[in-house]
Amino acid sequence: MKIERYLRNITFWHMMIGILSMATGVTYGLFQVLARAGIYDYGIFTYGTKLYYQGLTLHGVLNAIVFTTFFIVGFLYIVTEVSLKRKLNRGLVYLSFWTMVVGTLLAAWAIFTNRATVLYTFYPPLQAHPAFYIGATLLIVGSWIAILNTVITHLKWRKENPGKLTPPPMVAVHATYAVWFLATLGVAIEVLFFLIPWSMGWVKSINPELARTLFWWFGHPLVYFWLLPAYLAWYFLLPRIAGGKLYSEPMARVVFIMFILFSLPVGTHHQFSDPGISNTWKAVQAFLTFMVAVPSLLTAFNLAASLEYAGRVRGGNGLFGWIKTLPWRDYRFAGMVGPMIVFIFGGISGIVNASYNVNQVVHNTSWIPGHFHMTVGTASAMTFLTLSYILMEKLFGKRPWSKKLATLHAYLWVVGVLIFAWGMMQLGRAGIPRRTHLGLSPYMNLEEKILMGIAAVGGVLMFTSFLIYFINFLVTVFKKPDVSEAEIEKVDLEFTDAYHKENENLPRYLDNFTIWLAIAVFLLIVTYGPIFYDVFRSTYAVPNAFSPFNPLNLIK
Amino acid sequence: MRWDFIDEYEAWALKISLGLVLVFFVAVIGIAVLKGIDVPTCVTDFKPFDKGELVQIGPREYQLKLLGRMWAFQPNEVVVPVGSKVTIYTTSIDVQHGFEIEGKAVNLMTIPGAVNKAEVVFNRPGEYRFVCNEFCGIGHQSMYGVIKVLPEAEYEKWKQEHGM
Ligand code: HEM
Ligand SMILES: [Cu+2]
Ligand SMILES: [Cu+2]
Repeated sequence: MKIERYLRNITFWHMMIGILSMATGVTYGLFQVLARAGIYDYGIFTYGTKLYYQGLTLHGVLNAIVFTTFFIVGFLYIVTEVSLKRKLNRGLVYLSFWTMVVGTLLAAWAIFTNRATVLYTFYPPLQAHPAFYIGATLLIVGSWIAILNTVITHLKWRKENPGKLTPPPMVAVHATYAVWFLATLGVAIEVLFFLIPWSMGWVKSINPELARTLFWWFGHPLVYFWLLPAYLAWYFLLPRIAGGKLYSEPMARVVFIMFILFSLPVGTHHQFSDPGISNTWKAVQAFLTFMVAVPSLLTAFNLAASLEYAGRVRGGNGLFGWIKTLPWRDYRFAGMVGPMIVFIFGGISGIVNASYNVNQVVHNTSWIPGHFHMTVGTASAMTFLTLSYILMEKLFGKRPWSKKLATLHAYLWVVGVLIFAWGMMQLGRAGIPRRTHLGLSPYMNLEEKILMGIAAVGGVLMFTSFLIYFINFLVTVFKKPDVSEAEIEKVDLEFTDAYHKENENLPRYLDNFTIWLAIAVFLLIVTYGPIFYDVFRSTYAVPNAFSPFNPLNLIK
Repeated sequence: MRWDFIDEYEAWALKISLGLVLVFFVAVIGIAVLKGIDVPTCVTDFKPFDKGELVQIGPREYQLKLLGRMWAFQPNEVVVPVGSKVTIYTTSIDVQHGFEIEGKAVNLMTIPGAVNKAEVVFNRPGEYRFVCNEFCGIGHQSMYGVIKVLPEAEYEKWKQEHGM
């Protein structure tokens, strides 16, 4: 199918803004591990500790919000056009892009000038410059425009193709956007009704616990927004790259629908340690959090079966023989299966976090960044970087400058992140907090310093791996295409075939997204209703606003 | 509901996954109920305060009003005899903080406009470090304190020395 030049270019810019953000973000990541290990204390910068937390804000915002959002929106445009074979609305694509860019620039200005050193969770009463909140809002609104565009395109496709099932990759696109839209409603309420009026000085007080609750309504589903596009790639691109087929299409669909249902009513598992919410409702959300582990377990089954199939097609036999015959040297395979393997550990450590009272041992300790660098930091981020190579090839006919370096980058990251996460998680079990410039902490003992040193080794390897990727990617961008212009025109993502394909047997309700959205909203209301009731009856708004640099209240 | 759109193995994967998470959930809640190791709940009978202190409320029973502020806990040194049961109430007068005791399942968000609560028993003498685990500004990394749990005799001596 022919994808217009404009869309290929704009997708490139989505990708490029994401990757440049990440390059900046991981540079601060390197500084963080070094500072926490007491090796390097921002000597060449004069800000001292200010820079640690300013850098950490940049690290969180650029890696986890800007990189992911831009990359995902760009990637899903291509998936939408290729799988539906239908054009998106060009005007909306531009509108969305520029809204997101302006938002990002506003927020970036505030952070870089040290006016928003509040970390990416921006908990009040720490107060940032209004530009930070307005920028974040615009970034989100921009992504909503992309959702609108996608939904309109799908509805038109429905009209033109009566009775046809939505193609499975498109189901994944919808799941991603459904989760994102419902999630961002929470943070939009927080920012528009509370944070912006308060940071502009129009209102004097703020209820910090209410703000937290609204934030985590958004904060957990956010992780599925990061993860589902990676799942999309693992389900619908990887099996073919491995030389086989997806084991089951209907199962993939069930999985994505389960994510629409259970991604949202679980945000309170980030608030097990909070006041103002009764433990009954915390337990209910703990239960639903376990439910949302189910689709991930099913994914493990389906993908393992797909890879086994591929391995056997390639001549592997016996119980484990198929593993050996898989294309481990292929950069696309390494760059997706590597993150998948790391994600197993990410998932297991996540079950620990989700386990209600067990969470008391790890909440806000270094365990948590240990955990999520294996999820968003690897499963999502590394899969996206692999996709960036694939997109350069599909959209511009440019194969990676060096496939060997691309493979090396994938494995080096896996080794680095496992060391990093191990160190951080041990540190967390010792009770050492996260979000802390440990190099300056008076309470670290020798054993803890050594553990942080080990984590730092992992961090340096991760950074090295990123550097290899970055150079390889830039050279790829600037090199000449490997195929003719006519060849490039016919963009095809080469979605995989399936072993169990969907057929007319599939119950129609599985292709009706309105039903699932309605149930998701229902679950959201039922689980969050009592929580907001608790928050309102037991917490108060306070006349507080603070700069992170000064313990004096800004509100007189 | 018809399930024939997925095959037998897939149905098994689904059942095993569901079974697994149910077992986990029952185990976790079972321990919360049977052993009393629970997460904090909604506190409505205690108003936010602006002064932290340790108050003895019975034999080996204490109430610790713990105040978070930029960038120190009040009080940041707490001394109790071994075997004490301490009920902790915590809030903040400025920004959000966290309060976590090393080696104990006590991990509370310390939030302005809300009161958080936990109960903890110290059966072994020793020094228990507690740290702030939520970013609270530029001095966050040095916000910590210690709970000293003293053997009976030593505690009596400490009391005399401090004129209590
Ligand atoms: C070179 C690679 C990286 C290194 C060395 C690194 C290092 C770190 C460290 C040490 C922390 C904890 C800081 C603290 O709690 O005091 C952290 C936090 C974080 N990292 Fe990374 N990281 C890297 C890459 C990434 C990537 C790729 C992502 C996501 C796409 C990511 C997302 C985050 C987030 C969201 C936080 C939490 C920030 C916060 O607590 O406010 N990191 N990183
Ligand atoms: Cu979560
Ligand atoms: Cu703090």
